[in-house]
Amino acid sequence: MVGKAEPVNGSVKSGSNQSIPAAMQSPLKKSDLIPNLSLKTLKLKTKQQELLIRVSILCLVYVLAFITRLFSVLRYESMIHEFDPYFNYRTTLFLTEKGFYEFWNWFDSESWYPLGRIIGGTLYPGLMVTAAIIYWLLRFLRFAIHIREVCVLTAPFFASNTTLVAYFFGKEVWDSGAGLVAAALIAICPGYISRSVAGSYDNEGVAIFALLLTFYLFVKAVNTGSLAWALASAFGYFYMVSAWGGYVFIINLIPLYVLVLLITGRYSMRLYVAYNSMYVLGMLLAMQIRFVGFQHVQSGEHMAAMGVFFLLQVFFFLDWVKHLLSDTKLFQAFLRITVTTAIAVGAIALGVGTASGYISPWTGRFYSLLDPTYAKDHIPIIASVSEHQPTAWSSFMFDFHILLFLFPAGLYFCFKRLSDATIFIVMYGLTSIYFAGVMVRLILVATPAVCLISAIAVSATIKNLTLVARAKNKVTQTGFVRGSSSLKGSSKASLDQSQPFQRNGAIALLLGAFYLLSKYATHCTWVTSEAYSSPSIVLAARGAHGNRVIFDDYREAYFWLRKNTPPDAKVMSWWDYGYQITAMGNRTVIVDNNTWNNTHIATVGRAMSSYENEAYEIMRSLDVDYVLVVFGGVTGYSSDDINKFLWMVRIGGGVFPVIKEPDYLVNGEYRVDKGAAPKMLNCLMYKLSYYRFGELTTEYGKPPGYDRARGVEIGNKDIKLEYLEEAFTTSNWIVRIYKVKPPNNRCPYAGNDVPYLPWVPTVLRYHFQAMFHG
Amino acid sequence: MEAMLRIRAALLLSALALLSLLVRSYSQEIQIANAERRIDLTSHIVKVFLTLKVENVGTSPASEILLAFPPSQVDHLALVKAAATVGKRKKKSYLSLDVIPTELPDAPNGTKYFSISLLNPLSTGETATLEVLYILTHSLEPFPAEISQSESQLVYYRDSALILSPYHIKKQTTFFKTPSSKLESFTRVEPTNHAGAELKYGPYENHPPYSFLPIILHFENNNPFAIVEELVREVEISHWGNLQITESYRLAHAGARHKGMFSRVEYQSRPSISGVSSFKHLLARLPPRVHSVYYRDEIGNISTSHLRTDPWKSELEIEPRYPLFGGWKATFVIGYGLPLEDFLFESPDGRRYLNFSFGCPLVETVVNKLTVKVALPEGAKDPSAVIPFPVEQHLEAKYSYLDIVGRTVVVLEKNNVVPEHNSPFQVYYNFNPIFMLAEPLMLTSVFFLLFIACLAYLHVDLSLRK
Repeated sequence: MVGKAEPVNGSVKSGSNQSIPAAMQSPLKKSDLIPNLSLKTLKLKTKQQELLIRVSILCLVYVLAFITRLFSVLRYESMIHEFDPYFNYRTTLFLTEKGFYEFWNWFDSESWYPLGRIIGGTLYPGLMVTAAIIYWLLRFLRFAIHIREVCVLTAPFFASNTTLVAYFFGKEVWDSGAGLVAAALIAICPGYISRSVAGSYDNEGVAIFALLLTFYLFVKAVNTGSLAWALASAFGYFYMVSAWGGYVFIINLIPLYVLVLLITGRYSMRLYVAYNSMYVLGMLLAMQIRFVGFQHVQSGEHMAAMGVFFLLQVFFFLDWVKHLLSDTKLFQAFLRITVTTAIAVGAIALGVGTASGYISPWTGRFYSLLDPTYAKDHIPIIASVSEHQPTAWSSFMFDFHILLFLFPAGLYFCFKRLSDATIFIVMYGLTSIYFAGVMVRLILVATPAVCLISAIAVSATIKNLTLVARAKNKVTQTGFVRGSSSLKGSSKASLDQSQPFQRNGAIALLLGAFYLLSKYATHCTWVTSEAYSSPSIVLAARGAHGNRVIFDDYREAYFWLRKNTPPDAKVMSWWDYGYQITAMGNRTVIVDNNTWNNTHIATVGRAMSSYENEAYEIMRSLDVDYVLVVFGGVTGYSSDDINKFLWMVRIGGGVFPVIKEPDYLVNGEYRVDKGAAPKMLNCLMYKLSYYRFGELTTEYGKPPGYDRARGVEIGNKDIKLEYLEEAFTTSNWIVRIYKVKPPNNRCPYAGNDVPYLPWVPTVLRYHFQAMFHG
Repeated sequence: MEAMLRIRAALLLSALALLSLLVRSYSQEIQIANAERRIDLTSHIVKVFLTLKVENVGTSPASEILLAFPPSQVDHLALVKAAATVGKRKKKSYLSLDVIPTELPDAPNGTKYFSISLLNPLSTGETATLEVLYILTHSLEPFPAEISQSESQLVYYRDSALILSPYHIKKQTTFFKTPSSKLESFTRVEPTNHAGAELKYGPYENHPPYSFLPIILHFENNNPFAIVEELVREVEISHWGNLQITESYRLAHAGARHKGMFSRVEYQSRPSISGVSSFKHLLARLPPRVHSVYYRDEIGNISTSHLRTDPWKSELEIEPRYPLFGGWKATFVIGYGLPLEDFLFESPDGRRYLNFSFGCPLVETVVNKLTVKVALPEGAKDPSAVIPFPVEQHLEAKYSYLDIVGRTVVVLEKNNVVPEHNSPFQVYYNFNPIFMLAEPLMLTSVFFLLFIACLAYLHVDLSLRK
């Protein structure tokens, strides 16, 4: 059972060494490079050619990965995209201005009013610190750049680095050819690009790099049994923990992998060294991140790693006892006792820990990952986010294209040449594909695995085919070819050369493969340019004459808030816009995208779905000065607040049972026209969205008040606001801001805020008003 | 009846002013035969054109003429210019004269003076015609101070019907030009004549020195009250051929404050009534051959701008993100590059100088505080600035791309700047062209060292094993 893995792994290493004949070994390299530099002797040796080609391909891939992500900068501008990146940008700005300690101790009173948020303790600082370090370094080198540029380009930069890691990973798992293909595939894979275009300044941008690096270093550590690689892997893990909550995937996948190796009888000293040092050091390092804290020893999600850690010790102990005992029977008995005791102790420890509350149970988010239907029933706030929906087949096709077909082929090759490394990549691929099926956004995590496994398929196939294609016309080289290949397929192909049209078939298949790969490249470029490079802050559309029309309403509204409202004004909006309002509008918000307090969000949802007078009470109690709604009825922008409204109702109703979803529906149908439910027509969100919209003709040949986003004429055109007044509406009506009026003065005669002076004649009151206001 | 009362009050006031005055001998040497004042109230920048026919009735020649301003006006005074008229009728030409602020020991009621130095002293019995232009900012007070979206903006303008002067004025007339004929009210001092958009006070005859007769005009003015609260213009000289200008603006609407709600539907559907006093466009006149123009603010690019260029001028039409109503503010940055050969010259003594325009390129705006920063190239020495009007100056250091010792920055500061200040100024400095090569050399040496390091790494075996 123990120590079987050695010969297999050894063959992998020798195999890979054969196919790249020692090119990476340093003594050879230095003698190779000199003729390259002199440029006179263009006749290079095969090894040198190979090295030159490999290095230049890697450089090209590195550059390509960067520039393909710049579509958004060229189409729009160097700006931060979407929602969460605005928070990251704001915190990075704070970090570079105030320094690390201020950042670590930052209590943000601008969000979650009146609760506030302890920023330092509730975020993963890896991204911000990375960007700040890059910024400080460039500043030190006297590059007078703005922090925004650094933030915008962080994700592409790390995507480029990911391609390098993918190359080394591929080389470690298979051979350098597979590594190159993996680097090229991951450089342009839409599944990864979707989260790493320029401006997409989010945790995932650096986290995928950290994830792949940790995995690569761990596999390297397992392959070599080297302490250095294991420690490097622990530091990679630390970086990952500091950057993204997805580190939970690593801390569960690696123990699972170790467990599989144990079960399949691949336990080795290398594994023992790699896992123990990585786990212990990684755990200790991870505890330095305040947001993670002692979760590694206290939370249910991390217990698998600890269990496997103890299991490994038991294994090691048994191995040692077996070594000492020569009697097999005695050992069998000892084994039985030890295993039973170990399992019993583990179970009791877990049971006691859970019962006493020391070990926290799994969180809802974790459950929703394992069970796709969990969130829909229990946590509406997770289910309401579009990127948390289960993935449709079309988006798999969209994000992976041919990789979807190459993935099973790659699995086949991996199983054919099973080693510790291929087992890891297979497990990574299979688990992440499952998670990608559960949530759209986790396609991102699956992408590196899919690219690597597909790269193995591509590389192995093309290698076989080229061998076949070259076999006949260069019969003399057959010996060399056969020797250089470790693949059974190729040797088989060269063995039965008698098959007719074999060479032509191989050439045809090669052409087909190149056709597919070029299709992949065009698809990726098209997807990047069309789908993933839009900042979603600025909306672009085609005008009537084919010209580009830009709707910059979001920034118009945020900038208006920033410049023309009191600095301490509180803005209530649905949580989607919270980060943007604080970052661009610089005003306090009630709720934002860090959805840590469900009740608070439900309160806002309740206010939005109540009648105006009830909502006014809620807003007064939250000190709200302005209410911001997003409305797409004029432009036909469909992701506006009216379309999100049912989620507000659901989330509000989840906490406050006075809000009932059926009140807003007519026969289970959601409508805004004349047939809409009366509560719908009079709730705050409806009123704020459609206030004075009934006077506007949006489309030629349609009645006034025609909502272009939903394609209906609105049901309530005569909207009167009693407690709020329109403060600002952007030029395309996308954002509407209302001011919450102060409570009415008790005095019935005087105008607002002017004390009632009964002895003053009415004529003079005007002057008094002027006095008080002027 | 009312008018009579007012005149009486005015007479009383002027009598008081007379009494409070120590009649100095030398002011009696000069008297003003005819004064004509034209006050342009069409925009928020008040321009006053004053034509004085001065005669010397004293015994000794006079070399300077004094202009007097009440203290309330002096605070808002942006510029005073004077010119002497030479020649008659068709051969008329103007010679500009020096105007400097002066103090008199016994100025009544805090009156402030500017003295115009004549080119040739005015000898006894001679007359001269002087043209004076002075510009007042922040002198129109909106009343009512707050208006709603559908109202138009009314403002007060306060002045005197009689020209404040230390000299005896024989005959004077004042014309006010308002933006529209809608004049809510005005103080009557007979003879007063209102026709269309013009209001005429006078002619008044034989008023002693320091006569003052306060009047108030209440009229409609819907012109954009665009005020730049602060403008920082940075001019960066690169001897590689480019002049980079970055201007950061803090813009505000200084008119009547916006009250109540802002309705987009009314603003869009009834542009002639709704929000008449608001503005949404601004025009910037940039030098010709401008390139790589950008227009952005703290949160990104602003897409609403248009650049029109022709060989003689460039016009940049910018729209802030939202229309500006009274009291609303906006900030933005405009940047552009200019060819260096249009602005940088070599003086005969071997020094280099930059010749650039001082004021704000926005049309019809007042800048409350203007800072011009001229960043000289690294290695420039002995900077000195020549500006046609008094400004505060100091030096700073700035670090830009690949700077080691930092660039010298000449900082010029001036308050209350009007478009008439858009006159050229010069910054002289010494520069050795060898410094131009410093940064390219630095970069090449870095790359050279990098390659050397790579070579060394490949040749040195660092492994412990043999």
